[in-house]
Amino acid sequence: MKALRDAIDKIKPQFEKGGKLSYLQSTFDAFETFLFVPNKTTKIGSHIRDHIDMKRTMSVVVIAIIPALLFGMWNVGYQYNLSHGEAASLWDNFLFGFIKVFPIIVVSYGVGLGIEFIFAQFRGHEVNEGFLVSGMLIPLIVPPDTPLWMVALATAFAVVIGKEVFGGTGMNILNPALTARAFLFFAYPSDMSGDKVWIAEKADAYSGATPLGNLLTNQPFDTLPSASDMFWGFIPGSVGETSTFLILVGALILMITGIGSWRIMLSVFLGGFGLAALFNLIGPYVAPDNAYMALPAYYHLIMGGFAFGAVFMATDPVSASQTNKGKWIYGILIGVMAVLIRVLNPAYPEGMMLAILFMNVFAPLIDHYVVEGNIKKRMKRAKLATA
Amino acid sequence: MSNKEPLFSAKNRRLLTTPLSKENPITIQVLGICSALAVTVKLEPAFVMAISVMAVLAFGNVIISLLRKTIAPRIRIIVQLVVIAALVILVDQVLKAFVYDVSKQLSVFVGLIITNCIIMGRFEAFAMSNKAWPSFLDGIGNAAGYGIILIVVAFFRELFGSGTIWGFKVIPEVFYEIGYKDNGLMILPPMALIVVGIIIWVQRSRDKELIEEN
Repeated sequence: MKALRDAIDKIKPQFEKGGKLSYLQSTFDAFETFLFVPNKTTKIGSHIRDHIDMKRTMSVVVIAIIPALLFGMWNVGYQYNLSHGEAASLWDNFLFGFIKVFPIIVVSYGVGLGIEFIFAQFRGHEVNEGFLVSGMLIPLIVPPDTPLWMVALATAFAVVIGKEVFGGTGMNILNPALTARAFLFFAYPSDMSGDKVWIAEKADAYSGATPLGNLLTNQPFDTLPSASDMFWGFIPGSVGETSTFLILVGALILMITGIGSWRIMLSVFLGGFGLAALFNLIGPYVAPDNAYMALPAYYHLIMGGFAFGAVFMATDPVSASQTNKGKWIYGILIGVMAVLIRVLNPAYPEGMMLAILFMNVFAPLIDHYVVEGNIKKRMKRAKLATA
Repeated sequence: MSNKEPLFSAKNRRLLTTPLSKENPITIQVLGICSALAVTVKLEPAFVMAISVMAVLAFGNVIISLLRKTIAPRIRIIVQLVVIAALVILVDQVLKAFVYDVSKQLSVFVGLIITNCIIMGRFEAFAMSNKAWPSFLDGIGNAAGYGIILIVVAFFRELFGSGTIWGFKVIPEVFYEIGYKDNGLMILPPMALIVVGIIIWVQRSRDKELIEEN
């Protein structure tokens, strides 16, 4: 550590103003602050600085994603071998998945960070590390067979149109990783939906439908994988979304460190469960021919991207609501919207992505009214006190 | 009054050229966005739309300019609307007669030229207080500024959305064989908005004066 610090200090003057490499200042700064917590102190006024800055925050999120990622890699191999009717060892499965998924991660990071660095250099601000997380999330929410050029294009779109045009990290309205996924979903629907894409190099005879796909085509519930399979994650799907259990492990890490908002996670699950339960109750009366309504409510929480979205996407601190009351409203509406789209809209098998993006747009509005409401309440109290 | 201006004096030329860039109706004044989204999936309808708007705007400007001293200010909007409506019907009939296929593709958007803010905007801002010839040039200029954006947007949307330009396949078959696919998002209206946004971005970063203060 000491040697590294010394080495950085030695080359530092060249990157500072007047140095011969000063045009690379923000690139250098990015690497330096990535390796060491910056030793900046507050100069004016007094306010408290947390020891944890954005780079450290993002690193924790990446750590929280790792369990789902590793399982996702294994599952890609497992599903592949299952579809070919071959038994394979744990290691073989993992290796197959690793070979499939790792290039996607490399492309996503390469393209995304490349664009971030270019923009930071041109605009002369420091490189923000929001992309450390987005770059890890993008590979987890696409099917394992997604062509790499599509990943590259979607990442570029998300970083430039979803983030940089609004002013970079911290200014974006939409979650960048979901922007990338939405781009893929609408631009190349045949590679992002249907029952062909969820298992890498699937054998033709094998049905690769996800549980959501089955439900969309009105197949009976007994064609679904068992609830425990769906909870542990032994089902086809996007790379990182299948294992609800390991996503919850990630959620625990985020909650304990206080980095992800437990209010949002909880309220998304509550909202989704609540509406699904309501559908269970009223289904037989209002829409007897829509069997989807009768699906047990807890199934919604363990199928598709629901848990992944609730834990890693909805909690994105930039695009979510900021006020505590707002977080509840925001979360509940995401859950409600996701189930609503799944059950009532036959065009989209999965509603989580659209629900989160939709509520991202409304998050500032929710905050605005929460704050206004608070001001009004306190004004009233102040008037009562003086009267 | 002997200070007769030449037809293409510097001032008149400016009427033609400023709407192409510095006062572009779409990217600077942000007018006529709806039709920019609706008709730019393919190059051909976008081109026909641009020509139609040009005809309506140029002749409408001339008519309003000639009538301007006789129009009572209180009813001027109605008079302007009558002029636009008459011209739009003419254009619509001409399109149906000569380019029926394109007219089908444009469907209601020819009729909706009536509601195109650019036209009312130019009548109010220019033709009501200027002579016929400058009004004509102003109409041509503004419609060209509108049309050029339409055509640029349509070019990119058709190229990446359908792999064609003016209906001809330009992306070679080999590309498709090695895995290239047309981008479905380009066909959808939101992408038109994003492409217009990118044009606005490029334009303002080339010419910093255009950046609005807020």
